[in-house]
Amino acid sequence: MADVSIDTASAPRPKRTSLTEEDARTRKRNAAEKRFQYYGIAAIATGLFFLVTLVWAILSNGLPAFQQAIVEVEYTLTQEDYDKAESALLKTGVYTDHFVAFLHQEMNDRGVELDFDKAAVERLLGKVGGDIRAFYRENENLLGQPVTFELAAASRVDRYLKGTFERDDLQEGNRFFMPGDFDLIDAMADAGLVTQAFNWNFITGVDTGVDNPGGAGIGASVLGSFFMMIVVLLLALPIGVAASIYLEEFAPKNRFTDFIEVNISNLAAVPSIVFGILGLAVFIQFAHLPQSAPLVGGLVLTLMTLPTIIISTRASLKAVPPSIRDAALGVGASKMQAVFHHVLPLAMPGILTGTIIGLAQALGETAPLLLIGMVGFVARYPDTFLEGFVEPNSAMPAQIYNWAARSDAVFTEKAWGGIIILLLFLVTMNIIAIILRRRFERRW
Amino acid sequence: MSVFWLILVVLAIGAAGFFVGRSKALSTAGGDSRGLHSMPTYYGSNVFMKSVVPAFAVMSIWLIAQPLVVQNQVSQMIPESEIAEGSNKGLVMAEVRRTAEGLSNAVAAGVMTEDMARSARAEFTDMTQRLRDAGQIVTNRITQTVLSAAQQYRISMARGAMWMSVLTVLVGVAGAFWGYAESNKEFRARNVVEKGVMGILIACASIAILTTVGIILSLVGNTFAFFRLYPAHEFFFLLEWAPSFSGRGGASSLGIIPLLWGTLYISFVALLVAVPIGLFAAIYLSEYASSTVRGIAKPLLEVLAGIPTIVYGLFALLTVGPLLMSVFGPDTVGWMQGQRAVLTAGVAMGIMLIPFVSSLSDDIINAVPQAMRDGSYGLGATKSETIKQVILPAALPGIVGAILLAASRAIGETMIVVLGAGAAARLSLNPFEAMTTVTAKIVSQLTGDSDFASPEALVAFALGMTLFLITLGLNVFALYIVRKYREQYE
Repeated sequence: MADVSIDTASAPRPKRTSLTEEDARTRKRNAAEKRFQYYGIAAIATGLFFLVTLVWAILSNGLPAFQQAIVEVEYTLTQEDYDKAESALLKTGVYTDHFVAFLHQEMNDRGVELDFDKAAVERLLGKVGGDIRAFYRENENLLGQPVTFELAAASRVDRYLKGTFERDDLQEGNRFFMPGDFDLIDAMADAGLVTQAFNWNFITGVDTGVDNPGGAGIGASVLGSFFMMIVVLLLALPIGVAASIYLEEFAPKNRFTDFIEVNISNLAAVPSIVFGILGLAVFIQFAHLPQSAPLVGGLVLTLMTLPTIIISTRASLKAVPPSIRDAALGVGASKMQAVFHHVLPLAMPGILTGTIIGLAQALGETAPLLLIGMVGFVARYPDTFLEGFVEPNSAMPAQIYNWAARSDAVFTEKAWGGIIILLLFLVTMNIIAIILRRRFERRW
Repeated sequence: MSVFWLILVVLAIGAAGFFVGRSKALSTAGGDSRGLHSMPTYYGSNVFMKSVVPAFAVMSIWLIAQPLVVQNQVSQMIPESEIAEGSNKGLVMAEVRRTAEGLSNAVAAGVMTEDMARSARAEFTDMTQRLRDAGQIVTNRITQTVLSAAQQYRISMARGAMWMSVLTVLVGVAGAFWGYAESNKEFRARNVVEKGVMGILIACASIAILTTVGIILSLVGNTFAFFRLYPAHEFFFLLEWAPSFSGRGGASSLGIIPLLWGTLYISFVALLVAVPIGLFAAIYLSEYASSTVRGIAKPLLEVLAGIPTIVYGLFALLTVGPLLMSVFGPDTVGWMQGQRAVLTAGVAMGIMLIPFVSSLSDDIINAVPQAMRDGSYGLGATKSETIKQVILPAALPGIVGAILLAASRAIGETMIVVLGAGAAARLSLNPFEAMTTVTAKIVSQLTGDSDFASPEALVAFALGMTLFLITLGLNVFALYIVRKYREQYE
């Protein structure tokens, strides 16, 4: 190596200081370094902050949907009163009168004085008389004994107690709620008659019309989603696995297989709404399958999840080492036998994990469902298992969208509550996928 | 016989064939499976395959073809004179189908006898009223033409369904006999079965192509139908989007430019949120973070990607919107008039895209060879200088690809804009104003409408076509860049 000569004369020598002492330039560079690191930390913190905000918004808005205000009273109806009411012309009216008188008495006993009328009670607690009459006609033997009644309060009562509906929010001339009703709620709360109960109806019930937001539940649409997922699972898993086996194990490298691969990677990135258009045009317009049916929704979601499942299945097939195939071929198995008897079982945990993640994606998808009409009507439970596939139904995300699009604040709360249920399903599915991966994944 | 039962019957024939074929093959070898060419199961599978596959093929072809043939046949019964002003053959046919369905439902509910449903005449019986009584939805008065067409439709469909069942079962049985006849010890059952399975595998792989073809056909066909009703140059160049509601008359202005503008503007805002955060997060995670921090922060950020878009939509509408209103609303500076705005949808969409940008960029930054970093450190550069002057320039094509993929996601995103962006199409630069997008309009033009004859409904397909082409172009371009970049360092 030749000697390197440095022309020391021409370059002005910087003033030498100690190496351990930072000069201005180093300080600047180090500061820039720190700053850059802080940007990174800030970016991650912002991302996590968004996540926390999202979770907080979901929980704080959605949890109230699972609770419902209930007025709990120990009520006694004597045989005499019963006979009198049954012989009257307006039977339920008599029951209501009796109940209102009883409520007066009960609240007085508890030291709360307030004058209220029958209409106010009916506004807050619905048709009490009908409920009571129905109960005693079923259980005549309980006449004369104290019975604890749990009466579901109207949705506005609920919201007033939760603090999302204030006295100032009440509009003039609202027939369903009068200013005096607030005093009655307060009085009943003071008397200790109002309790909060878990709102089972929200989980098991069906959607209601706009006039009864409190009674709306998500049950039927959970079932709709369930039927769609059955269709997706039954179609997407076998088709996806078959396609991946062909592409990964058998396909010769030629134009046709290249074309398939390009198609799959492009389909994975096509906007979901385009799949909705496809479903509308092919399954409904062309094939005349029933509109709004979980079957059609399932078919559309199948086409949408196929690329995801194919990509993950191919990855897990690729992870099985070639020595397994070689060993099988070496003892005389055909190529098909080697794949189906040896490679596929070893790749199964990975395939299932990918399938569950694909299903979770499909479960949360909304846009295509709007186009095939799974929105905008009151869903109901199907009568038989097979009808579940073809009867019009909604799905969880579509139902949430439906509620979000209505202006009533009670429906908004239901929409958030629906999101909690949807996310519970998604979290469960992802946890199962993670457990499967942890438990069965093999590193070769 | 319903399709479900037909499937069960065919499967039962196949299963019976499996056992019969298997035992016949075994008996030709004298009960000793060593005398057979293939394992006994393959002989059974051969019979099963030969009976089930052709039977299902016949059934599916019949199921697709029958409605087309019957419709064609029935629609010839409707003379041109019957088609009312402002209506068309498609609408009349829809009514015929509805009536036929109503008749079937009425028979099933027991309010009408089969005989009556088949032969009743509109002049003698008030069919409209009768169907209404049976709880069926009847929109117009049913004319004799429609009624007899509907009756013909029902009869043809029922006859078709019967013949389909007969033919499917026959084909299944014939296939089973064919396979049965083949089952003897010389027959190379494994080779045949494996060839069949291979065919099924190829068919499954081709579904991806079929889906693409289906998408293109359904978009192209309806787009052409739209352009026959509405001039193409107006669709592409008109600066106004104002569909008139069907039935009220008057011409609609269906220009795509305001929608495209809204789409691009919202996507731009989303990228403005997602790209800096995602990119810096990726840089920090791949270059600075300890493995513990990385192990916690990366999955947490990726949770954002697993949340369904409807949640972001609701978040935009009910959290981001009110928040922005309280900052920019009439109470403070008065820039923002409503909760739905470009900014509302853009911010929510940006949050959704953060993990998308960050994990793609993370992969790409990690793919930059370590030697390049070491070279830079060796020259005395600090970490941030190395990142800024060596790694980012090297990773730039890949990062651009990632951003383009994110942009394509943003353009195709639907639920966030449906809930957060508003409904009015507007050409404006103000991010506080409500605008609408291509996807939002596809939803609003197609939801709850089963009549695809008006330009107002068909325009959705033209919009879908535009959306499909834009996202496809972006994806192909982005994947090309990413792949080219990967090759550079491999």
